[in-house]
Amino acid sequence: MSDVKTDTPTSSFRIGDSAPRPDGIPKVKGTFAFSSDLWHEKMLWGGTLRSPHPAARIRKLDVTEALLIDGVHTVLTHEDVPGEAVYGLEHADQPVMAAEVVRYEGEPVAIVAADHPEIVRRALAAIKVEYEEMVPLTDPETAESVDHIHPDGNVFRKINLRHGDQEIQGDVQVEGIYEVGMQDQAFLGPESGLAVPGEDGGVDLYVSTQWLHADRRQVASCLGMREEDVRITLAGVGGAFGAREDLSLHVHLCMLAMRTNRPVKMVYSREESFHGHVHRHPAKMWYRHHADREGNLVRVEARVLLDGGAYASSSGAVIANAACFAAGPYRIPNANIEGIVVRTNNPPCGAMRGFGAVQTCMGHEAQMDKLATALNIDPVEIRLKNALRTGDQLLTGQTITGTAPVAEVIRTCAEHIPSYQESSDLMSLPGGAGRTADPEHISRGEAIAVGFKNLMFSEGFDDFSSAVCHLEGGVATITCACAEVGQGFVTLAQQITREILGVEEVVLAPAATETVGSAGSTSASRQTWMSGGAVQKACEEVRLQLLQRLAEEHKVSVDDLVLVEGQALSLNGDFSINIDEATENPLEARVEYRHAPTFPLDENGQGDAHVSFAFAAHRAVVDVDPELGLVKVVELVTSQDVGRLLNPLQAIGQLEGGAAQGVGLAVMEEVLVAEGNIRNASFTDYLIPTALDMPPVEIAAIIEQPEPGAPFGAKGIGEPPSISSTAAVVAAIREATNLELPRVPVRLTDIVSIEEMS
Amino acid sequence: MSNDFYTLNVNGEDHQVADSWAGESLLWVLRERLGFPGAKNACEEGECGSCSVRIGEEVVCSCLVLAGSAIEQEITTIEGLSAEGELSDVQQAFIDAGAVQCGFCTPGLLVTIDHLLEENESPDDLTVREAISGNLCRCTGYGRILEAVQIAAASRRGGKRE
Amino acid sequence: MPVTVARSLDHALAALEECPEALILAGGTDVMVQVNKGSMSVDQVVAIGRVPELQGWNREGDWLHLGAGVTYSEMMSKEISSMVPALAQASRTVGSPQIRNAGTIGGNLGTSSPAGDTLPTLFALEAVLTIRSAAGIRKLPINQFVVGVKQNALQPGELIEKISVPVLEGPQEFCKIGPRNAMVISVASFTLLTDLKENRVRSCLGTVGPIPIRPTEAENLLSNGVNWEKNEVSSEVLEGFASLCAEAAQPIDDHRGSAAYRRHAIKILSRRAACRIFSEDNT
Repeated sequence: MSDVKTDTPTSSFRIGDSAPRPDGIPKVKGTFAFSSDLWHEKMLWGGTLRSPHPAARIRKLDVTEALLIDGVHTVLTHEDVPGEAVYGLEHADQPVMAAEVVRYEGEPVAIVAADHPEIVRRALAAIKVEYEEMVPLTDPETAESVDHIHPDGNVFRKINLRHGDQEIQGDVQVEGIYEVGMQDQAFLGPESGLAVPGEDGGVDLYVSTQWLHADRRQVASCLGMREEDVRITLAGVGGAFGAREDLSLHVHLCMLAMRTNRPVKMVYSREESFHGHVHRHPAKMWYRHHADREGNLVRVEARVLLDGGAYASSSGAVIANAACFAAGPYRIPNANIEGIVVRTNNPPCGAMRGFGAVQTCMGHEAQMDKLATALNIDPVEIRLKNALRTGDQLLTGQTITGTAPVAEVIRTCAEHIPSYQESSDLMSLPGGAGRTADPEHISRGEAIAVGFKNLMFSEGFDDFSSAVCHLEGGVATITCACAEVGQGFVTLAQQITREILGVEEVVLAPAATETVGSAGSTSASRQTWMSGGAVQKACEEVRLQLLQRLAEEHKVSVDDLVLVEGQALSLNGDFSINIDEATENPLEARVEYRHAPTFPLDENGQGDAHVSFAFAAHRAVVDVDPELGLVKVVELVTSQDVGRLLNPLQAIGQLEGGAAQGVGLAVMEEVLVAEGNIRNASFTDYLIPTALDMPPVEIAAIIEQPEPGAPFGAKGIGEPPSISSTAAVVAAIREATNLELPRVPVRLTDIVSIEEMS
Repeated sequence: MSNDFYTLNVNGEDHQVADSWAGESLLWVLRERLGFPGAKNACEEGECGSCSVRIGEEVVCSCLVLAGSAIEQEITTIEGLSAEGELSDVQQAFIDAGAVQCGFCTPGLLVTIDHLLEENESPDDLTVREAISGNLCRCTGYGRILEAVQIAAASRRGGKRE
Repeated sequence: MPVTVARSLDHALAALEECPEALILAGGTDVMVQVNKGSMSVDQVVAIGRVPELQGWNREGDWLHLGAGVTYSEMMSKEISSMVPALAQASRTVGSPQIRNAGTIGGNLGTSSPAGDTLPTLFALEAVLTIRSAAGIRKLPINQFVVGVKQNALQPGELIEKISVPVLEGPQEFCKIGPRNAMVISVASFTLLTDLKENRVRSCLGTVGPIPIRPTEAENLLSNGVNWEKNEVSSEVLEGFASLCAEAAQPIDDHRGSAAYRRHAIKILSRRAACRIFSEDNT
């Protein structure tokens, strides 16, 4: 909530440097204000009553007892929602609070504000709800044919991609059915925020989110207020990875604050967090790949079924992604891909890093390996043979006009010789401190996988960002609503500004809806391009304004002037002035930045729907204990196509961090849902990799081929690391065990067969 | 609510806690009553280490300590790790190595690592991994964190800081 | 005062006499999880984490007496590791360093979870618990203390003072399966101890029944089948040992593992543990 100011001398930290984060010092000191750290005098605590049933009618909802508890200030239900009863990212189908029916376990039913969290807990326990349980729809394969569980129907979206010859057969065909379990984003910072009622009848909301303005639109709609009266400021975000793209507690918090006329704070527990945000879509995918005898891909057929859970969220966009990238970064002359995402009473699913491409990458890479085996061609060779290049056509018929160094990515990854030393300590065997195995029990496997997806939003969406640049007394202030969720946009914003304006001190104003327009979502690997582009554009305008002012005032030519190291200089050396002095009278520019337009997909899934694409490859080495099914990922090597490296240290962070999430999905992460109920809503049983589970991630190559049209030529880098990493790890486990392993996460019992167990 | 009060010693100073509920964890009291929000609340069930503090010589999860039972102990939080205004060597190393992304795991890690380097001035890779195995990080994949530990260790041993 | 921070054993026992239903709190690593969730309310607490009589350990002849307040970190020390290696190995698998610094052996017993990591070794050692109350003192063998899933023989007003185990001569093994390399609840665990004075083995299965299971038939087979002079055992006996251990398991299906997998895991772990200790005679 305070301005993020840089304390370290950083005049040399421009584009291409490993500039340190401006929020690094408060974060290491523990003074950085995350949304769960907010505090306000007179604040109350909020809490949410959630449905224990995945499908039920609400027969009775009685809050009277809860209201009588000392210290309870208000209890609200759906009847108290002032505006629209439903909200949603793509499609408004999700109730603020359930009215007559609940459609997933954890759906909000009532909210409470009280003096202390303990009183909140007692109040929630005192609310009486009579549920009439219904049989939940939990099998996505039946969703299309059974009764609707929502007035809007059980199918969020169906997409058919028909490309080229629909009938052509390949000499060799391989088939498979693959499954991806439900992954959770598992960000560490719980859903949290503070709402403060304004004296003007508006409300100020400080919250962790990925998209302030989309939040504002929905919150205002549900509160029945004008958007400008809902003022959202970004509070410190403890990770996002897609889970904060949808609303969670936003409307609830504002309702409580406005009803009690007090500031209200809410923090979800970890268990509640699992119920409180969308997860990655579980997928079931059927593939048939056709190739000729030389290994050239002829046709790909696929059917992809995603379980979207109870409400729409961004399911429509996810299935489109899954379908468009279903066959991977290869030349596919002919394809029919059917994608469908359905509604069930399972936990709602939406955006998670990789957005549909993670699931299909697991499928298409398993298929490429099957083809390699069937044709007796090396798995790296078959990928190189079919690798996409600039000028090739995608499944959507779109021609790649940007860079596509797929072959380089594959080759560098495959050829890299890792430099780290392996340990012989028992702790580095599968099982670790559990001492379950000795070296003779271990089987090792190695495999490579490649993946890709689009950058930015697609299918004609008006994707833009906004920024303000203010230059006064030599200090540049950048205002941009780009949600910093840990990825380091704040660092880039400073680097870009320093590069263009030649100033040292760059202040980042709080990201807030009141002071600047939308920056779009921090997702789709888009912010470097979009908000970086907006900051660049705003700084360029200010630069021009400054040069024009100097040109006029000092009779020099604009073309002769440069801004460097705090000075405006003429190239011939005749003129110089300190920027501090030159900008005593401030300059400002307020801009919107858009990427090149995209177009919808037609009824055959054809169209120039995307702007740009990024590619990555991973090579995994795993040790497996086949008798017990335990796996240790020993090594991960990666190459990635980044366009241009703007901050090497931060890029490494993305490549390593994304790979960790891929490893997690491959071997340990799954939200276990039984009859619509989550069985492992805690970090005790939803396992993410610890430092003892993660291997070192070695970067074989960061391929810099500047992307035309991208600010600085830089591509987004956040998602590719999480796409092919899962596929590489499971492929390596297949190598080690000779098992088909069509499902991730690979469980102990997937490796240890039933026969072995008897 | 209890009308009694108790005193906690945090970062070298005594703090009185009054009007509290008996079930409050040390984590909650530090954050919501005593103005030390550095320790974090990612799980409140001892599974993530984001709440790590030092009590005496040990690093523990403050979410699992009943606040009222932590009297007469020397409690050190992230806020107490560095001298007035200065960053400790580990804190600086985290910044230099790019080990901070969202930062939510950072305070817990710093407390753990500060203790590790006191006990072991040349920890190898596996030793560090085991020492921080109770600190979950979702953003970094641990690579830059391990690098930061080696930078700080080298600096403590008197080696040249990169 | 809802929270009594006990300064001595007598102080703790007096507080418990006054309020026998009080929550006994040591490291808090099990109890506080429930408190934080709101599934355990806190009225009266007797905090025993700093009672001096519960800290530390001492060796008396062939017996090791561990104070109930000894932590997992302390059990990983060189001294305890040399006296009861399996206990040190088991301690290293518990939670995280933070958990190991706070969690205690008394707490592991007090919780009596089927997945309690020290319990299989303590059962195999036939540990004896010393239980105190204001009324007096009693001793209880561990298999009369842990009686069911999270059920033990501790009465209101009582607390565990110490746990006494024999210091056996000979190698020991403890293995535990978890789907991650740190901070895992056991899916199945196994301990194998040798007693070279008596030329016998003792073993115990963990997490595959409501309480830890001594596979006595298996123990007899292995004890009688080992060539103790050569430290050798035949493949046949090893197979038999592993099968009998697996048969003795009473595992359930839950979200952490299936019964079939758990039984299979015991078979594998028991054989591997035995092979670490004894040479396999293939003739």
